[in-house]
Amino acid sequence: MTLNVVEIPTNVVRHLDLYRQDWDDFVAAQASNGVATNPVNELRNVGWREFERVGFPIHRRGNELWKYTDLRGIDRAEFRSGSPSKTFDRNELAAKIPLPSEWQNLVFVDGRLDRSHSDSVGQQAGVRFDSVSGFADLGKLAQCADNAFVSLNSAFLDDGIFVDVDTGVSASKPIHLVFVTTGLDDGHRAVYPRVAASIGPGAEAMLIETHVSMSDAAHLSAPVIEISLAEDASLKHYRAQLDNENSYHFATTRVKQSSGSNYQSSSFSVGCSIGRNDVFTHLAGEHAVSTLHGVYLTTNRQHQDNEISTTHSAPHCTSDQYYKGILSGRSRAVFSGKITVERGAQKTDASQKDLNLLLSHGAEVDTKPSLEIYADDVKCGHGATAGYVDEDTLFYLQSRGVDYDTAQAMLIRGFAAEIISEFGDDTLREFLENQLDELMPALQIASDTIGTA
Amino acid sequence: MTTQERLTISRESQLEDSGYKWGFTTDIEMEMAPKGVNADIVRLISEKKDEPEWMLEWRLKALEYWNGLQLQDAEPRWAKLRYPEIDYQDIYYYAAPKTLDDAPKSLDEVDPEMLETFDKLGIPLHERERLAGVAVDAVFDSVSVATTYADQLEERGIIFCSFTEAVQKHPELVQKYLGSVVPYTDNFFAALNSAVFSDGSFAYIPPGVRCPIELMTYFRINTEGTGQFERTLIVADEGAYVSYLEGCTAPIRRTSQLHAAVVELVSLDRGEIKYSTIQNWYPGTKDGQGGVYNFVTKRGITGNDAKISWTQVETGSAITWKYPSVILRGDNSVGEFYSVALANNYQQADTGTKMIHIGKNTKSTIVSKGISAGHGENTYRGGVKILPGAENATNHTQCDSLLVGDQCGAHTVPYIEVRNPTARLEHEASTSKVSDEQLFYLMARGISEEDAHYMIITGWSRDVIKELPFEFALEAGQLLKVSLEGAVG
Amino acid sequence: MLKIENLHAVVTDSEEEILKGIDLEVSPGEVHAIMGPNGSGKSTLANVLMGKPSYSVTDGDITVDGESIVELMPDARAHLGMFLAMQYPSEVPGVRPWQFLKAAKDAIDNANGQSKMSVRAFSKLFDEKVTETGINPDLIKRSLNEGFSGGEKKRNEMLQMQVLAPRIAIMDETDSGLDIDALQAVADGVNKMRSPDRSFVIVTHYQRLLHYVKPDVVHILVNGKIVETGGAPLAEKIEATGYRDYLTVR
Repeated sequence: MTLNVVEIPTNVVRHLDLYRQDWDDFVAAQASNGVATNPVNELRNVGWREFERVGFPIHRRGNELWKYTDLRGIDRAEFRSGSPSKTFDRNELAAKIPLPSEWQNLVFVDGRLDRSHSDSVGQQAGVRFDSVSGFADLGKLAQCADNAFVSLNSAFLDDGIFVDVDTGVSASKPIHLVFVTTGLDDGHRAVYPRVAASIGPGAEAMLIETHVSMSDAAHLSAPVIEISLAEDASLKHYRAQLDNENSYHFATTRVKQSSGSNYQSSSFSVGCSIGRNDVFTHLAGEHAVSTLHGVYLTTNRQHQDNEISTTHSAPHCTSDQYYKGILSGRSRAVFSGKITVERGAQKTDASQKDLNLLLSHGAEVDTKPSLEIYADDVKCGHGATAGYVDEDTLFYLQSRGVDYDTAQAMLIRGFAAEIISEFGDDTLREFLENQLDELMPALQIASDTIGTA
Repeated sequence: MTTQERLTISRESQLEDSGYKWGFTTDIEMEMAPKGVNADIVRLISEKKDEPEWMLEWRLKALEYWNGLQLQDAEPRWAKLRYPEIDYQDIYYYAAPKTLDDAPKSLDEVDPEMLETFDKLGIPLHERERLAGVAVDAVFDSVSVATTYADQLEERGIIFCSFTEAVQKHPELVQKYLGSVVPYTDNFFAALNSAVFSDGSFAYIPPGVRCPIELMTYFRINTEGTGQFERTLIVADEGAYVSYLEGCTAPIRRTSQLHAAVVELVSLDRGEIKYSTIQNWYPGTKDGQGGVYNFVTKRGITGNDAKISWTQVETGSAITWKYPSVILRGDNSVGEFYSVALANNYQQADTGTKMIHIGKNTKSTIVSKGISAGHGENTYRGGVKILPGAENATNHTQCDSLLVGDQCGAHTVPYIEVRNPTARLEHEASTSKVSDEQLFYLMARGISEEDAHYMIITGWSRDVIKELPFEFALEAGQLLKVSLEGAVG
Repeated sequence: MLKIENLHAVVTDSEEEILKGIDLEVSPGEVHAIMGPNGSGKSTLANVLMGKPSYSVTDGDITVDGESIVELMPDARAHLGMFLAMQYPSEVPGVRPWQFLKAAKDAIDNANGQSKMSVRAFSKLFDEKVTETGINPDLIKRSLNEGFSGGEKKRNEMLQMQVLAPRIAIMDETDSGLDIDALQAVADGVNKMRSPDRSFVIVTHYQRLLHYVKPDVVHILVNGKIVETGGAPLAEKIEATGYRDYLTVR
């Protein structure tokens, strides 16, 4: 008896030769440096083979994971990895994003850690920064088979960074990982940053991820982050994706949670042409808590895809997915949430919500909040909404003398504020509020006037 | 129509001898075409029905399309369903009683054992006579056996007959609407159905006419190894109204049976069609042997100010793949979907709806209640599409799952696509079980544990069941109870 | 009629002991009040009498007419003529109060070898009691307890009690959260039902209800044990001094 297992169709990569050449060069360079360890080499090989086999998921028919995101543009472009072609100084960067001294700032330029731009490390006992090869679960949480971008990232696996927090230690400074892409004048830059974090039993840390471009040149970023939380560990993980509007950004985050651990993530996505925020948390031990919140703002022809999933393998865990979208112009956003409650994961408390503000004709939101439940004693709920800013409230504000644009901006800001207010660092939160204000004119210009204007 | 009105008609019609027939038996001599599907079989079916050339051509085109899909291995596999590969050449595509004279003339002639079986399955056969006010077209295996009350309907210009008869007598209507909502290119099973469908029902309600009685088709698969491919086409012309009921059952068979139906509804300007289904195809044994594989394409299309409402109670079938949908083409049109789907033992149901908003001020409501028990797997899969021109469209979706026991699964997969900022859309879903507190409360009043379960589950489903016509609602409650047997208490 | 001997009970999941040896005998026609501070176990006692599965009896016995009921399911206890007016009645979506009560009445009658009441007769009884208990008739068209206020839920419990006419009626804090009108209505209902062959066990924190329903016996329950038993004046004493004495003595 054959069962109808879904086979994802394979794809042919248009510029596979170019990627292969790029990879060969990369592997050769690593070998000559003599730095590669065997496990890392093996992961590179697996990554390359997988990418060669599966390619970019451009055929979407029957491929649920890419139903709403069209990657043909990426397949057509020629992306290459390599050393930074441009230099910049830290002030230039500090003008774009916060780099406060209260944070442990680690700056990656075109996917590689750049020590000259980074703060020196190693002041706190029990908080170590190392190469990802030191991470025991490397390539196990984010598997090459997950998607083309994990395979590419693994194929081009560099030192990356491994944040290792010991048992019971509370990292005193927020760890700020800055991913800067410089861009190429003569082509498209590909960057493959790799991060691993291991938060020990009862330990605590805050991780801030900022993605930013130093030029308007198109680039492909495919960061992969693997996080392992031990018993009762706690991690606050904040993410700001501010890449330029010509770029492609495919981030993969994989989190494994032991019992009693608490993972709290908030994401702020405004950048790039096509972006994807792919997060998966695995609740492997009892009483673990996973909070996945985010806000996405799109305008013009931007496309932002949120692939948010959580699996409950153990009883008594709590998960909360809550994303909000603000869409304007001819942009498009996707929320594809999934909560799986495995057999035996009783007393699960899971909630999933995606709320969207559609500001213009021409914008599109595709939302798919899904539940897969195999245990009966659970509390699972989900919801989704889409619509314009509330016309009654607009009218109310206008009746108090506020003009339409101001009223609309207030409502947009209010809608996003719920998520932004959860970023648990004052400097970061203020920075994101400013980002939203800077973006507001672009959102509003591309919006339609509906209701009592 | 109120119950009172219906009962009145029922009494009148009992006075006249209506020639009401039921085709239930197991030992009618059958005429069967050889197994498998190919152009010859399609020609044979068409010939048996004495069909005009255009009908045969349409079938052959559908077959060709389906053959193409077969080559591409394009049988849909996206549903959350697991079942052995279907061998489409190992199925009888045509089976008919040799003569209708062999069919029993009344319930008295029906095998009492069979009656008992149906009672147990929750199909109160005795109820049927009481429900004689319902005009019934019984599709027995693949052939429409009898259509009652056609004469009375005719007076009002209402056409209600078997599909075969419609092709003969009303070719212009069939040609105009057949495939207009579900073209044969729509999907794998619709293509197969279009090629080999052997009968079904056809109803046409002329402009401004409210159909005074509920029309009903009762489908039944009898012969082992046969597939059933019926086709239903209902047209409510401008300002017309009809309520249509569909019941399904199949006797117990060790082997699986394929059912691939197509239903097309056309509700023209200001027309309204209310379509209710109680699907109780044989679900297979307690350990998952046999049962009907139910792959059904149901879709309606609306004109301006028109309405289409689907209500379904799905308790049967081993496999259910079914998404009754509405294309809301007309401005101000309304689409509704109310569903209770139950998957007990090893049943699997992947069902839901699609609401496609094209017209302005279109409105859709979805209420889905999924009950999973035993090792059952129940998936709600629904799509709501708001197209750019659908100004001020609204959708409200409520989608609840109830789990009975810890070995079943309940899944919710909504697809919501919004391309108009003036649309308002809300989707809510919950998952629950019968709470110990509720059970204790009911039992403390003297109600047995089993009955308390049924009462809570039926109550939980009430938002859907209350949408059914009265007698159907009673039957639905009973059916839920029978189908849950062994899962609770 | 109802006899409780050395009753010990635990929370089924945690095995935490709540009732630590209770002895009590209720004769036909008597009204017993069980009073006690929060957490003393009085609600547990009410629920254990009715057989709530979240509690387990670990020792002792409960008998009705000399037969142990400890192993009986809640529905079987109801068939014996027991009734528990709950403190927090569950909401049951889609089930109408009429339908629910008819099913309950039929089940009890059937268990007692009586024939089913006709729909007409039952409706008459139901309507009568609805009027008597002062329930808003609109409410009973809704789902059982769904969207009912606290007071409405309690009145609905009284309606059920009156329709089912139990021999042993247990009331679990029926008076809590009621305004004066509702309290009066509950008291009237009880007083009207008092008869030589019907007993009441009224569990309450306050003495409020006992102003209107004169108990024959008052028990003070503290920490899972009955620490004092007396007549109606005991309740008045509690009203004056509270439970402090019992708590400090221990």
